[in-house]
Amino acid sequence: MSFWQMGGYGDYIWPAYGVSALGLLAAIVWTLKAHGDAKARLKALEEKKA
Amino acid sequence: MQILFQYATPRQFMRISGALLPFTAAAAALAVVLGLWLGFTAPPDYQQGATVTIMFIHVPAAILAEGIYALIALFSLFSLVWRHPLSDVAARAAAPLGALFTALGLVTGSLWGRPMWGTYWVWDARLTSFLLLLFLYLGYMALWNAIEDEIRAARACAILALIGAVNLPIIVYSVEWWNTLHQGESIISGKLAPVFLWPLLVMIAAYGLLFATLWMIRIRTEILKRRARTLMMSGS
Repeated sequence: MSFWQMGGYGDYIWPAYGVSALGLLAAIVWTLKAHGDAKARLKALEEKKA
Repeated sequence: MQILFQYATPRQFMRISGALLPFTAAAAALAVVLGLWLGFTAPPDYQQGATVTIMFIHVPAAILAEGIYALIALFSLFSLVWRHPLSDVAARAAAPLGALFTALGLVTGSLWGRPMWGTYWVWDARLTSFLLLLFLYLGYMALWNAIEDEIRAARACAILALIGAVNLPIIVYSVEWWNTLHQGESIISGKLAPVFLWPLLVMIAAYGLLFATLWMIRIRTEILKRRARTLMMSGS
């Protein structure tokens, strides 16, 4: 039995890991993007003010 | 408490979180790699077979889902009783992450339940109260967006979060109070063999560190947004 078949439970194990990885990666990307956007906006405002 | 809050200012938070972030992020990455390695090299369980590997991501997600809600309730209390403004920011920033972990707990549990119980879903006390937790998160987030005035929104959301906290002990003790299909706790009671306990503990640490990292970044984002808003108002 190969590693990918996971003792016959691969059909359940891989989707569980896949969905978790996708969800967590999406949260990381979304969090970093929102932070970058807020940073850029504040910088633009501060420069306009200066 | 008041003395504690004197130091919990946005400026202090930016300084301390800025220093912590590289370490929590690196530790989270390391723990994920170690946890996955331990998890996938663990032998199959004598009852669950290889599906025990799902436990290494299901249990951490579920613990975080409940823990984050407890944090939101705690910070809501700070906000309501002591009117501490950064507490609102902290509670709000944690909610989408809590909702994500709840959803992951439900999906991974369901994918484990199908081969082990023979069903993706059953309306037992644990699963139903955990689904309610997801709705509480979604309701909390919707309420924040529904009320325009931030101070009023913060107060309404804090009250909702505290009322919803009643659900937390129900989730935790549901497996003891009622006959559930869901099994009982096995970490603290020491029923878990070390070969399964270690990957599980490392993955719990990994999920916790990842949450701490993202939570701090989200609070920082909100502080920057508020600074921008203040600049806009003083500028016009």
